[in-house]
Amino acid sequence: MSMGTISAAYIAAAILFILSLSGLSNQESSKRGNWYGIIGMAIAVWATIMNESVDSYGWLILAAVIGGTIGARLAAKVEMTQMPELIAILHSFVGMAAVLVGFSSYFDPAAGLYGAAATIHSVEVYLGILIGAVTFTGSVVAFGKLNGKIGSKPLMLPMRHQLNIGMVVLWVLIGWWFLSVGHDGGTLPLVLMTLIAFAFGVHMVMAIGGADMPVVISMLNSYSGWAAAATGFMLSNDLLIVVGALVGSSGAILSYIMCRAMNRNFVSVIMGGFGTASSSDDDDAEQGEAVAIQADEVAQLMGDASKVVIVPGYGMAVANAQHAVSDLTKQLRDKGVDVQFAIHPVAGRMPGHMNVLLAEANVPYDIVLEMDEINDDLGEVDVVVVIGANDIVNPAALENPNSPIAGMPVLEVWNAKTVIVSKRSMATGYAGVENPLFFKENTRMLFGDAKDSVDAIKSGL
Amino acid sequence: MIISIPKESYKGEKRVALTPDSAKHIQKLGHSLRIEAGAGKAAEFSDAEYKEAGVEVVKGEAIWADTDIIMKVRGVTEEESTKIAAGTTLISFFWPAQNEEFMAKLAEAKINVIAMDSVPRLSRSQKMDALSSMANIGGYRAIVEASNQFGRFFTGQVTAAGKVPPAKVMVIGAGVAGLAAIGAAKSMGAIVRAFDTRLEAKEQVESLGAEFLELEFEEDGSGEGGYAKTMSKEFIDAEMAMFREQCKEIDIIVTTALIPGRPAPELITKDMVESMKSGSVIVDLAAEQGGNCKLSKADKIVTHKGVKIIGYTDLPSRLATQSSQLYSTNLRHMLTDLTPEKDGVININMEDEVIRGATVAFEGEVTWPAPAPKLSAAPAKPKEAPKAPEPAPEMSNATKAKMTFGAMGAALLALLGVGSVAPPDFMSHFTVFVLACFVGYQVIWSVTASLHTPLMSVTNAISGIIVVGAILQISSDSGLVQFLAFIAILIASINIAGGFLVTQRMLKMFSK
Repeated sequence: MSMGTISAAYIAAAILFILSLSGLSNQESSKRGNWYGIIGMAIAVWATIMNESVDSYGWLILAAVIGGTIGARLAAKVEMTQMPELIAILHSFVGMAAVLVGFSSYFDPAAGLYGAAATIHSVEVYLGILIGAVTFTGSVVAFGKLNGKIGSKPLMLPMRHQLNIGMVVLWVLIGWWFLSVGHDGGTLPLVLMTLIAFAFGVHMVMAIGGADMPVVISMLNSYSGWAAAATGFMLSNDLLIVVGALVGSSGAILSYIMCRAMNRNFVSVIMGGFGTASSSDDDDAEQGEAVAIQADEVAQLMGDASKVVIVPGYGMAVANAQHAVSDLTKQLRDKGVDVQFAIHPVAGRMPGHMNVLLAEANVPYDIVLEMDEINDDLGEVDVVVVIGANDIVNPAALENPNSPIAGMPVLEVWNAKTVIVSKRSMATGYAGVENPLFFKENTRMLFGDAKDSVDAIKSGL
Repeated sequence: MIISIPKESYKGEKRVALTPDSAKHIQKLGHSLRIEAGAGKAAEFSDAEYKEAGVEVVKGEAIWADTDIIMKVRGVTEEESTKIAAGTTLISFFWPAQNEEFMAKLAEAKINVIAMDSVPRLSRSQKMDALSSMANIGGYRAIVEASNQFGRFFTGQVTAAGKVPPAKVMVIGAGVAGLAAIGAAKSMGAIVRAFDTRLEAKEQVESLGAEFLELEFEEDGSGEGGYAKTMSKEFIDAEMAMFREQCKEIDIIVTTALIPGRPAPELITKDMVESMKSGSVIVDLAAEQGGNCKLSKADKIVTHKGVKIIGYTDLPSRLATQSSQLYSTNLRHMLTDLTPEKDGVININMEDEVIRGATVAFEGEVTWPAPAPKLSAAPAKPKEAPKAPEPAPEMSNATKAKMTFGAMGAALLALLGVGSVAPPDFMSHFTVFVLACFVGYQVIWSVTASLHTPLMSVTNAISGIIVVGAILQISSDSGLVQFLAFIAILIASINIAGGFLVTQRMLKMFSK
């Protein structure tokens, strides 16, 4: 196949990828969007295979079949509550692939690059491997944290900022070395740099705690895109560049949205260690008395209400309570109660995590609302049920300027007539901040595992 | 400890301090219960029901002996008090202000008295606020009594036999009783108007669907503990003028105006009563304290020129089953606070604000009045609005624009810098890159937040496009490169297949 045809195929693939992402703007067009992506990928791979220089079909097909089978099995078996882990591990694959392709490109130089072109190619290889390596180990650690294999507490090494800066300086120095030795002696600096990048990725994500995971995941999503783009530059492949840029900016925007939802800036999230610098104010020590409630009373409250809003959080995912919540919703809706869900952007461990869980449990998506859509209407709600969420419903964010989460947009559930908080204990949330919501006069605490509690409410209805 | 519930001796009192239902709860606190035979009869609770709930039924005088706690609705009589042994705790209504002498006598006899009417009004003590429970019932019953005496419908109707106008009800004093009366009258279909000197009552009145009568007069009558205080003379004059105006068209008046420790204020004068239509009804809930209406007589219905004035003082007792239920629940909550260990031993903890406030005689001393509680149920002053977190210093539009232009300028210079050294080949890729970033930026912002997870998985899948690079490399001559490319294809394929399939699976789940 001629280069012209291949380029045309690549343009078609790039457009299909863009359509695929824009298809996600609403639920109806999203399935079609996914198909655009699949078709685009098929065209791109087919055009590449048709390239005259490709002839090792045997190895190629073997690798693709093995990889494809593993991927399909993963996709079919994964629980929706484990989606963040799957996403994280998939990021790490992109990172690793970028590292491998980078090294291959270095060992197998396109012939005849001189002067600026050769230098630029070396820089591209260097950067591609660097970003890929950081993405790889960062994602592996994120996977471990989400999986519970690694504790979700932020790891605080002494002098961690200096350590990071030191590694960046080393990269620059090694890069200089790599460029100055020319092609033949570059293997050592390249390997050295890769090892430092691996260490950097581990250290970076280790320092970030559990509830900042939505930011980390989107950031790694972004990195995996930039790694692909850098690979595109080194291979002079525009399709890779386009896709890398799309994915990179997608991840960057998601990180931005997540940071804004927590009223934190990106740099401070990446620097890790939340809440350590904030002063704890003693005047708030005496909060009052939380009033407990039993499940059958909750059932009665919800049954008598005309409007109920459910606010799910990570606790619902942990307890795997989404199906029970969905059944409860169905029962209430059959009784004529208006039930809606309110989702905070950072609820859960991944952007959109709650939406996917509720969708899995067959909750219709038109009653699942975003924070901005529902916040002003919460005053008219009879009963708000908070299931396994804490910081995202904390009034201190608005009322107490000294609170570590001050200024974070939160769901103003306390405006409702009654707030039921289903929680395992009175423990504080991720931010380690006391939640004055629990002591409000219209708040009742329903202690226990989220799933057991919801089941108990269901049987009480 | 042993708790005894004697039969109420006051004439016409039908309530009882214990119901079989609350008995079960109280036993869980470790107490054992005894009740005088027939004590619950008037409130429709039979001795058999008590027995079934585990309460011992005792006949006659024996109920007063060998007991640790006595629970009653009304306070004990002098004669009854002689039967109570020293060290016993009496829990009942007591009205210490009206019974100071008797209180001293009981204290001398070493009887501890917990007066349910002296429970301080704190949000924590609402569950044992028996006055509110009784006032609520009184307000409801006031409307029932009024409708019983009133010759017409409350609700307006258009019937084949003609049009019936709705009754007009005026409620004076929108406390617990007043609000209950408003709610009851409103749900029967009447037009309800209400007045209260406390401006905070306006919202509560309106929330029940009634009209709040306002004076054009700046004075708030909120006193301590959620009660009203005495108002200035000018205010009262204006208020009376308004009542006089209203009386001409109102059919039913319910007055509930009480100021703690003082005779009830006179609000409805004789001439106002005479200005009302014949057949109208006035229910005076303050009759016991002298009455809000000049003509009302305690425990009687007086008819004056066709207007009936009801002065019953036993309205809660007239709804005995309901009031016994609420009162015994109030008592149960009081016992729960008195028995913090749930070990059947009461602890009159004088450090506890609620218990301290309700205890009027303790270990031989009169402990009334208690020091004022720190917090009032309805704060006298509106709290200062919580300060909003300091907004980040907003940049003026001009500086913002300058910064944007600055950033754009810097980016342009950087581009030029790259362009001046880089070969044209690189620049064409670079163009593609920058444009793709912009397209990505535009496209991603339109993605709905609920699809962020599928967005991540689909971007995962398409970043598998890196496979293209590896495919080009696998045909290399170098074995090492071939091996690396093989691995790269393998893991990129995981991404492509896994990413697309899991996205497909997720999107299928989103349904209406």
